Amino acid sequence: MSFHPEMDYVPARFHRSERALAVPGEPFAFTPENQAKFDEVVARYPADRRKSAILYALYLAQGQLGYLTAAAMRHVAEQIRCTPAEVEDVVSYYTMFYTRPVGKYVLNVCRTLSCALLGAERVTEELSRSLGIKPGETDPTGTFTLVEVECLGACDRAPVVMVNDDWHEGLTPEQCAAFVATVRSQGAHAFTGCHLDKEKAQGS
Amino acid sequence: MTQGSRPAYEPVLTTHVGDANAYTLESYLQKQRGYDGLRAALAVAPNDVIERVKASGLRGRGGAGFPTGMKWQFVLKDTPLPKYLCCNADESEPGTFKDHVLMERNPHLLIEGCAIACYAIGAKVAYIYIRGEFYHVQRILEAEIEKAYAAGYLGKNIFGSGFDCDVFVHRGAGAYEAGEETALIESLEGKRAQPRLKPPFPAVAGLYQCPTAVNNVETLCNVPPIMLRGAEWFAGLGPEKNGGPKLYCISGHVKKPGVYEASMHTTLRELVYDYAGGIRDDRPLKAIIPGGSSVPLLLPHQLDTPASFDAVQKAGSLLGSAGLIVLDDSVCMVWLAMNLLHFYRHESCGKCTPCREGGDWLYKLLQRIERGEGQPKDLDLLFGVASNIVGKTLCAFGDAAATPVLSTMKLFRDEYEAHVREGRCTLPAPWRSAQPAAAGAH
Repeated sequence: MSFHPEMDYVPARFHRSERALAVPGEPFAFTPENQAKFDEVVARYPADRRKSAILYALYLAQGQLGYLTAAAMRHVAEQIRCTPAEVEDVVSYYTMFYTRPVGKYVLNVCRTLSCALLGAERVTEELSRSLGIKPGETDPTGTFTLVEVECLGACDRAPVVMVNDDWHEGLTPEQCAAFVATVRSQGAHAFTGCHLDKEKAQGS
Repeated sequence: MTQGSRPAYEPVLTTHVGDANAYTLESYLQKQRGYDGLRAALAVAPNDVIERVKASGLRGRGGAGFPTGMKWQFVLKDTPLPKYLCCNADESEPGTFKDHVLMERNPHLLIEGCAIACYAIGAKVAYIYIRGEFYHVQRILEAEIEKAYAAGYLGKNIFGSGFDCDVFVHRGAGAYEAGEETALIESLEGKRAQPRLKPPFPAVAGLYQCPTAVNNVETLCNVPPIMLRGAEWFAGLGPEKNGGPKLYCISGHVKKPGVYEASMHTTLRELVYDYAGGIRDDRPLKAIIPGGSSVPLLLPHQLDTPASFDAVQKAGSLLGSAGLIVLDDSVCMVWLAMNLLHFYRHESCGKCTPCREGGDWLYKLLQRIERGEGQPKDLDLLFGVASNIVGKTLCAFGDAAATPVLSTMKLFRDEYEAHVREGRCTLPAPWRSAQPAAAGAH
């Protein structure tokens, strides 16, 4: 998370109504399958420590809805048996939860040193150009969201891009335009996945 | 590989990771004497397991290098409270990707290590806290844990010994700070990943205020081989107090980046030039970061330092997580500090003011200097702000955030001065963006 959003430090910007509130959203409840998954996972923790399952519950809600609305956070609070404020506290801290709608493919470009040394800054630049959006934005068709993230932990296969729960590795700036086109036409088949996974597939 | 007069090193942890089915239980049982280490551990008293790990001299592979056996011994025994093992799989230190390989290609080694550690400290439950971004790894790990349960290596009454052990994977959600042990515990409890005031240490009051041991993935993976082959064998693999196999992650401007297993006799030069094939395009080496982004840089003339905890520390840096980031002569050191401060500024958990505000201040100063708008007084300010973060935060994050600035200013002050004097970046590289989109993002 970041405590330092870019903002103009003028008094007019500090009106209370400017606090970023969660999208209210439609009434929300887990699907029966998700409820069953949650009940299974919450049992892994001591009975009086249901809060340990909060991240899992939020992943389920996000998977169901695409992003987390105020209604979804309230539902998670009921499941965990805590206050909605405690849920919002957690949601606002972790980077993998979205509080606004995102595209079908969220391109998380690693920008930290090892990837940057091999051209990650230019990867972002090229993806931005191909998609016509800036980092942090979603394209008008709702297909792509471009995000810059910090170290993904696969520095030997730089530059790395995490796409939703999938990975694409060794994406050079020159390949970006073609990569976007392939994702548009072939969807998830365009991703290299984890390169170790690929070796495994070739070997077996 | 040039290893001088030493016998060739035989990998222990990663021997089979290249095999197609390396991650399967069958392969683990056949090729690595799978779960024999657990069998050997259950045949002796828990305290004997701790003594053996202590005798091996195994030191934590997460970054601090603290003796694992001692950590286990500190876990409070005389208490009615349950005990817990937390495996730190939140691998997030820039330049580090060793646990990634172990969990993906040799998951049963970790599962067995967890079970042995649980037995040693008297825990019945282990939580593997894996970073949210490693979902593809988590799926493999969870599938293999299921198989271990089915085969009777986890669950109730393992090998008829009366020992019960559950291993669960807990997914994080994107927070570097969750790699700090008390922040990991907070996150596991369902809160923001922010560190706690110590003492009490986790060994006394950790997860749910119960006695807890927190160990890195690679640390736990070293435990089954110790139980199988003995403490002496383990200690003999490396220099004194730096025994055992070690995984090195090499990234940046090298020809063959990757994870390499070696003994801690190996020098940094061997790692960079023999294992990783040398510098990309045979350019000159400018510097290396030997232990993940949080440690000071080393210069080319220090490359003959053995890559052990103690030797690297003696050379003025730290082995940390053994993430070697190699920098060729195209790297601008002001840019490097700015890139890393963007990371630390973004990842600061916000609990301690020096780190939260200081990190942001440093980043803004570095941005200004890198853009060519810096003034001579900014250099003193930069040094002053960084020095005032060190030692003033609850966890080591603050020191880590100041390190890239202090280290580059110490070794490459001329580059900072040139930026200010010439009003531009004096070393723009073709692999960098002329106008980084990240300037104000997040």
